[in-house]
Amino acid sequence: MTETSGSVTACLPIHSDMDLAWVRQHVRQTAAQLGFGLVEQTKLVTAASELARNTLVHGGGGQVESTALTSGISRGLRLTFRDEGPGITDIQRALSDGYTSGGGLGLGLGGARRLVHEFSIDSRPDEGTAVTVICWVGGAPHPRQEGR
Amino acid sequence: MTGPIHGSPGAHVPVLKLGGILLVTLQGELHDRAAEQLQQDIGEAIEASSVTGVVIDISGVEIVDSFLGRVFAEIAAQAKLLAAQTVVAGMRPAVAITLVELGLTLPGLRTALDAQQAMLMLDPASVPVPHSPVRRESP
Repeated sequence: MTETSGSVTACLPIHSDMDLAWVRQHVRQTAAQLGFGLVEQTKLVTAASELARNTLVHGGGGQVESTALTSGISRGLRLTFRDEGPGITDIQRALSDGYTSGGGLGLGLGGARRLVHEFSIDSRPDEGTAVTVICWVGGAPHPRQEGR
Repeated sequence: MTGPIHGSPGAHVPVLKLGGILLVTLQGELHDRAAEQLQQDIGEAIEASSVTGVVIDISGVEIVDSFLGRVFAEIAAQAKLLAAQTVVAGMRPAVAITLVELGLTLPGLRTALDAQQAMLMLDPASVPVPHSPVRRESP
């Protein structure tokens, strides 16, 4: 298994819809610099927009940390959205399409998960939520190599 | 408090009237409040100028998330109640791929490849079409 290394490139606040726009711009610029193609960039920026809006609307605000990753010859971007809000009590339910507690379409979490390569949630009631997503340039690394 | 952002929040998106159609051209970043303001502006513009169609040109929009997608759907629903048809024009292919994976296929929304096609859909008389049978041009 190749070791994955990374260094935090930025930490941005999420406290208003202006901040959401700033997060989108930052993710697009960073993804472009890392060599993501246009469709991959669009997916990643859209996922970031959904998750940042969740942080703002459901978590009462928070921050996003972006980290450029290297794994072997693969390059990627990891985004971690953190809030200190009420937490998600039923994560499976929150991930299902159509479930909403905020008056939206209920596509945010489940939709964002489909747009990225790796997705994880760490949420504790009354402590907050951290959602981490990773996208790799050109698709996920370590593809099945057994057999040809 | 917040980072530097170009453009003021809540700024109005220009809504142009062309014949019986409203043309709205979105460019770049659209803040949530600007999108909600646009929804309100379009409703008022339909009432004030009694248009029968709304074209939203999004060829300059790099991403559409579920919030903006919902705004488009609500503008279309609201316009329909005010007796006007809405067409979203010029969606970028990368945006279309992303919306499908996101699960937001917006089934009730009419789309066109560009603003001119959208104008034609809404009012065939609005755009002059050079439909001569066969035009011979000497070399």
